[in-house]
Amino acid sequence: METLQVLVLGFLSIVIVNNLVFTKFLGICPYLGVSGRIDMAFGMGCAVTFVVTLAGTLTWMIDHWVLRVLGLEVMMYVCFILVIAGAVQLVEMYVRKFFPALYESFGIFLPLITTNCAILGLCLFLNLWDTRRLIEAVVLSFGAGVGFTMAICIMAGIRETLQLADVPACLRGAPITLITAGLLSLAFMGFAGMIR
Amino acid sequence: MAAEGMTTRTSRTFVAGLWHENPVLRLLLGMCPTLAVTAAVKPALTMGLSVIFVLVCSNVAVSLMRHLLKPHLRILMFTLTIATFVTIADLYLKAFLPEMSERLGPYIPLIIVNCVIICRAETCASKNGLWISLVDAVGMGLGFTLTLCVLAAIRELLGTGMIFEKPILPVAGPQGGWFVPWTAMILPVGAFITLGLLLGGVNLITRRTKG
Repeated sequence: METLQVLVLGFLSIVIVNNLVFTKFLGICPYLGVSGRIDMAFGMGCAVTFVVTLAGTLTWMIDHWVLRVLGLEVMMYVCFILVIAGAVQLVEMYVRKFFPALYESFGIFLPLITTNCAILGLCLFLNLWDTRRLIEAVVLSFGAGVGFTMAICIMAGIRETLQLADVPACLRGAPITLITAGLLSLAFMGFAGMIR
Repeated sequence: MAAEGMTTRTSRTFVAGLWHENPVLRLLLGMCPTLAVTAAVKPALTMGLSVIFVLVCSNVAVSLMRHLLKPHLRILMFTLTIATFVTIADLYLKAFLPEMSERLGPYIPLIIVNCVIICRAETCASKNGLWISLVDAVGMGLGFTLTLCVLAAIRELLGTGMIFEKPILPVAGPQGGWFVPWTAMILPVGAFITLGLLLGGVNLITRRTKG
């Protein structure tokens, strides 16, 4: 029972209170680049959720069962990025084989997930927050993906409307997106302190 | 004549990183560290110097091995090279500036996935010789660091009334003073909005000088 409570709280905290995009500034590049249309944003979010769950779980296992046992923490970053690149490669091959249409629509964005800072960032935070059990690591990784999907979808929705707005010429494009993100992060600050 | 051509190319490559192709303001690369570490000038400067170190080393390494790279394993080789140099920078900071290392936390290892460095490896170092790659890395690194410092100075000044932890504006308190710190500036909100306005300002300047 207590485990369940910890897991649910951890999940909610990483989705809403410690949202990676709004409070930790991770994954801003795809957030600014892709989020022009809701369906694309949702697809991207799903791909990231899958990769981040896989990568978070694998890096936790490697960190706890291999690197710490052998005292090889120095190799941590190199191993982490190798695992992430491998996971992305796997997803890419799978999608290309079984969902060719989806693969076409993703284009360049799929391989670019490797360099999405949200993924490496989450793996590092799992290490930093000292996550003790495997199940916690899995739930937190999945939650991070859900949080990212939520953020990128909200932003895509706002930007669809923003295309019709009369924005000063020099603020069009990235600047107004950043300012909007600032206001959104202000709104998300309202959740701070809800869960410790 | 050839030597002169080399000199102009060198200086052009160097200046490009500072303004025309400034990584943050023009190419919109490396946003995560730009937003995350600029609550004060000190961490921003530390971050900028670490990025210069990693960028220079990785550009040189990639330029040296550019003939050996296989196209489909390119990105993987870049990230592994960068990860090695980031580990060196991270261990150095932990050993000599433990306080800074604590404050920057995961953002130092996150230099690995900083798009500025991968972009330079891909577009410059894997196509050019050692000298141009080196100059490009220094120019880009300096452009990145300067932008970070400007952003951090604005946020620190408005957020706490200090720059580089030295008081500039008289903060309201028992001793008098009139400046009430805008706490929002050192929170994520301040980061997003300041960078947005800064980008807008740069667009405005470009428009004026062109037209």
